[in-house]
Amino acid sequence: MTIGDLSGKGGRRRRAFDRLMSGLIYGAVVAAIVPLVAIVGEVVIQGLPQINWEFLTALPRPPTIPGGGIFNAIEGSTIMVGLAALIAVPLGVGAGIYFSEWPESRLSFLSSFTNDVLAEFPTITLGIFVYLVVVLTTHTFSAIAGAIALSIVMIPIVARTTEESLKLVPHTLREASMALGIPRWKTVIRIVISTGKTGLATGILLSVARAAGETAPLVVTALWSVYPVTNLWGPTGSIPYLIFYYGLSPYQTWHGYAWGGAFLLVVFMLGLNLSVKLLIGRKFAGIRAEI
Amino acid sequence: MEIQESLEVRKEMAEVSTPTSLSGIQPKFETKGLKAGFGSSWVLNGIDLRIPPNRVTAVMGPSGCGKTTFVRCLNRLHELTPGAVVEGAALLDGEDIYDRNADPVAIRRRIGMVFQKPNPFPTMSIYHNVVAGLTLNGERDKKKLDHAAEQSLRGAYLWDEVRDKLANSGASLSGGQQQRLCIARALAVEPEVILMDEPCSALDPTATAKIEELIAQLKKDYTIVIVTHNLQQASRVADYTAFFYLGKLVEFDETATLFENPKEELTERYITGKFG
Repeated sequence: MTIGDLSGKGGRRRRAFDRLMSGLIYGAVVAAIVPLVAIVGEVVIQGLPQINWEFLTALPRPPTIPGGGIFNAIEGSTIMVGLAALIAVPLGVGAGIYFSEWPESRLSFLSSFTNDVLAEFPTITLGIFVYLVVVLTTHTFSAIAGAIALSIVMIPIVARTTEESLKLVPHTLREASMALGIPRWKTVIRIVISTGKTGLATGILLSVARAAGETAPLVVTALWSVYPVTNLWGPTGSIPYLIFYYGLSPYQTWHGYAWGGAFLLVVFMLGLNLSVKLLIGRKFAGIRAEI
Repeated sequence: MEIQESLEVRKEMAEVSTPTSLSGIQPKFETKGLKAGFGSSWVLNGIDLRIPPNRVTAVMGPSGCGKTTFVRCLNRLHELTPGAVVEGAALLDGEDIYDRNADPVAIRRRIGMVFQKPNPFPTMSIYHNVVAGLTLNGERDKKKLDHAAEQSLRGAYLWDEVRDKLANSGASLSGGQQQRLCIARALAVEPEVILMDEPCSALDPTATAKIEELIAQLKKDYTIVIVTHNLQQASRVADYTAFFYLGKLVEFDETATLFENPKEELTERYITGKFG
């Protein structure tokens, strides 16, 4: 029998085993993809027909009157996620830079550990915390409280991805810069961050995607409103809350709002994830050029 | 075992003598009892070395002898590694760079460094790589920057190869060109000393020859300290050679003398390839 001859008895057994294992792996892939495809498919089938100009610009109506839209939720989500990003991006990027560039400090070690714990925290507990600290002291549910809760969800994600992407910047570049007589802080800002900026952008986009889909922290902080936002210190609508609230209602027209909202959210997330993929593709192209 | 023994012998001997041709010459750099290490273990065990101005001094020795740590102490780069410790003195023109009032950033501007692997800034063009040391320290005058870029690239014998593509990424150049770009970047801040840490170890023989040619030119204007584990390279480029072993300076002499007529048995054994 020559090497590579699979006609013998052992060969048949090995081929059968190979087919079995390949089959199991393909099966696992299909099992993992089916729910994703089913969910996205269902959301598109149910949600896409809802989308029209009125749906994007009008306010929800009582269950018996057809038409209307979810402008209040789109506006509320945009404002709260935007405000949350304004809070979380500077804090998260700052913390990430500190973790990556000053790892020898004890404060850095402690806060990095805390950051990891915070990232794993159930988001409803973050919501309750903001409820206690902001909602109870200001005596109102508000967009501000919602944004603060979302920012607490975002900070650890931004900080961690910032830290990881700055750590990928070769140490030799920091030394090259310091050896030119450039101070450490300037080296960090002008060399390290500018080299790792695609990673930073990736982290920010992912954290925005995560915050846009968060429901639990908003339930106890921003609550809901069927009106456009006129006051950041009043209850505010959001797309996740809309899906939760209208989706559980017994009315057909309200279910339509929930499906439409879900569709917008899914499109937004897919868009962000796609941009991240493109960014990362470019980043790796850059690293190849470096080597 | 024999090597260990001869090292023991060394410890009992008087300090390493300075080559007679250097007596009366004010050294550019002088280290006195320079010790360096990480945590509680010393990599360098008290180095006394006088580096002459406008000459090429090679620091040679087997892996782990402390030669890289030594040059990294000369521009206070060693201390940036977490856990690094330094003791003793390193005098640049008679002033201790480890003095409590010495500013490491200002010192590093007087001492350029070229690293083992070429490390141009990947996000910057060739032009911006060369003038990075100036722009990042606040120089905005376009004329001055253009002048510095051209002078430095000419100084590094790279100008003719890149003059038409200054806006291209520094990473687009070949390895040897990248290393000369890094030399140009070091020249642009007009240092007095250039430290080179095995600058050719990542390069092919042709690129190595070019860098060595360049070193011979640069010594007219700069004091050069080059770390190498390559004996031939030391003998080709260096006027003086220091032989390090296990964190100690074993012998320091004119390169020709050290290679042809070493005083120490350890040096001879290293040069003849008996160990290392």
